Amino acid sequence: MLYREAGQFKSTYGQDQQIFPILQDRVAVAALLVVAFVVVPLIGNQYWFSAILTPFLVFSLAALGLNILTGYAGQLSLGTAAFMAVGAFMAYNAVLRIPHMPILGAFVIGGLCAAAVGIVFGLPSLRIKGLYLAVATLACQFFVLWAINRVGWFSNYSSSGVITAQRIEILGYPIEHSRDKYLLTLVIVAMMALAAKNLMRSETGRAFMAIRDMDVAASVIGIPMMKTKLLAFAISSFYCGVAGALYAYCYLGTVEPEAFTLDLSFRVLFMIIIGGVGSILGSFLGAGFITLFPIFLNVLSRTAEATLGIEMSHAVVSNAEAMIFGGLIIFFLIVEPAGLARLWQIAKEKLRLWPFPH
Amino acid sequence: MSFFIEVVAGGLLAGVMYSLVALGFVLIYKASGVFNFAQGSMVFFAALTFVSLTERGWNLWLALAVTLLAMVVVGIVIERTVLRPLVNQPPITLLMATIGLTFVLEGASQLMWGSQPHGLELGIPDVPIEWLSQKWNINISQFDLFAAFVAGVLVAILALLFQKTRIGRALRAVADDHQAALAVGIPLQHIWAIVWAVAGFVALVAGVMWGVRNGVQYALTFTALKALPVLILGGFESIAGAIVGGLIIGAGEKLAEVYLGPYVGGGIESWFAYVIALLFLLVRPEGLFGEKIIDRV
Repeated sequence: MLYREAGQFKSTYGQDQQIFPILQDRVAVAALLVVAFVVVPLIGNQYWFSAILTPFLVFSLAALGLNILTGYAGQLSLGTAAFMAVGAFMAYNAVLRIPHMPILGAFVIGGLCAAAVGIVFGLPSLRIKGLYLAVATLACQFFVLWAINRVGWFSNYSSSGVITAQRIEILGYPIEHSRDKYLLTLVIVAMMALAAKNLMRSETGRAFMAIRDMDVAASVIGIPMMKTKLLAFAISSFYCGVAGALYAYCYLGTVEPEAFTLDLSFRVLFMIIIGGVGSILGSFLGAGFITLFPIFLNVLSRTAEATLGIEMSHAVVSNAEAMIFGGLIIFFLIVEPAGLARLWQIAKEKLRLWPFPH
Repeated sequence: MSFFIEVVAGGLLAGVMYSLVALGFVLIYKASGVFNFAQGSMVFFAALTFVSLTERGWNLWLALAVTLLAMVVVGIVIERTVLRPLVNQPPITLLMATIGLTFVLEGASQLMWGSQPHGLELGIPDVPIEWLSQKWNINISQFDLFAAFVAGVLVAILALLFQKTRIGRALRAVADDHQAALAVGIPLQHIWAIVWAVAGFVALVAGVMWGVRNGVQYALTFTALKALPVLILGGFESIAGAIVGGLIIGAGEKLAEVYLGPYVGGGIESWFAYVIALLFLLVRPEGLFGEKIIDRV
């Protein structure tokens, strides 16, 4: 009754092709943006900003990057964390070594360096496919971390390889409070998500999807295989690189190369699988789920301890959490292999018919 | 020259250890098309169960039998609860499910047996063989040779199982073509349960060998990462590929570490195996012994 496109007539091609063709969707997105930009900064507290919202946005961006590569272009990658590491460390070096470097410029440089690394490690994709490619991208993961650990230049010769993000300042306005960092992240993520959404509706995006669905057929109809695959790697790595820079500057502040291990790559991959492969919305849903769920489990185990009055050792709790986390992922894959985005779509379709489904 | 031989031999024997883990992957991939990332944690689970039982004063063989039984049960449970509902899903979904399984297995084994590292002794000392080192000045560990022997026996057993028994024939049929196997009346799901149980057995052997070498600890789960380049080099579907790939990776890695390592600052073993595998893949994208990929539109 509420969610229905009946009576919304399109009289121009522009209207027909807009991102959200249904009025209710536009209202919902606008409301969401107002909440994110205005309401949340007014009511949120330090803990929410720094421990939940900022990491959620950063991981959404990383998941978005991986989704462009894996979900849209169909190239399975396990090197996400390495691209994030390149972004973080190169943004740090850009600010450090180029005088008067604006921070946003540094983020872009971090992203571009990640894109360059992505292109290099994307080269095997021209020859190798599927799971073989996934394992081959592990080479990127291990090599990049090794290089960052080994070459002192990346971490400005700090003995432990740890870098501390410099102060962020935009047009003379210092960004120090966690709320400001949240807003900065939000602006960047929102803009890049919009760009990704539009990219996927363009010729490039359709070429990606053609390659995902069947690359031989795609090359037969004249899609340049090499250019498109490498472009997918470059764009995806750019997103991951910017996410890595935000991870360092807006979330952690101090990062070591060990923050970007294979575990992080797997976490981002979980996000897109649980959220929905090949869906922009899915990247956000998955990131939300994977970031929030461990926190939720933690709170749950603490309340269980408090109410039952038993003291559980830290090891028991963390092992049980790992088991529940793994079990839940399997459960999710079984009940909804297409991810949360699919559930959302089903809900919308149900809603269109509600309350008279027949 | 003797130093070179020593390096190569040491590398080959280390490669056998990688092959042991890779074998478990190949078995499952061949039969069910699942890339079982949880093989590493199955190795860990098996080794931890075994060592904990022996530390509680159990007889070595009894502990081995009980662990084997546990692995079979784990394999069957995994087949029932994880794989059966996920039939016909794309490979990436199955891969993610086994990564989820990794969390469960690691959590479960540490919950049961605690997370402190254990030492494991089988009575075979990890020292160089004397007459070899005296005569030719080549140091080769006695334990490495034993591990290679065990791997040989394991492959022989697997080959017998696959070639000479009724189950083996069914396994090969399923590996060739699921639907054709179903059509001639082979119970697919029993076969998968058996394959997972056999993979559990291989994990147990690998776990014991690696446990003696490096101690039974959480780091055992990373053996899976050591086996991955072996797999893509040898091809996912080939037992021979797992062995040959292991040998190539082991020898190449050791040689690079000794002759190349000093120039780039060492520590290259974390990624060098992948580079070797990548170089091979550029020539043969399906691995050395993998099934030829034929593209059709």
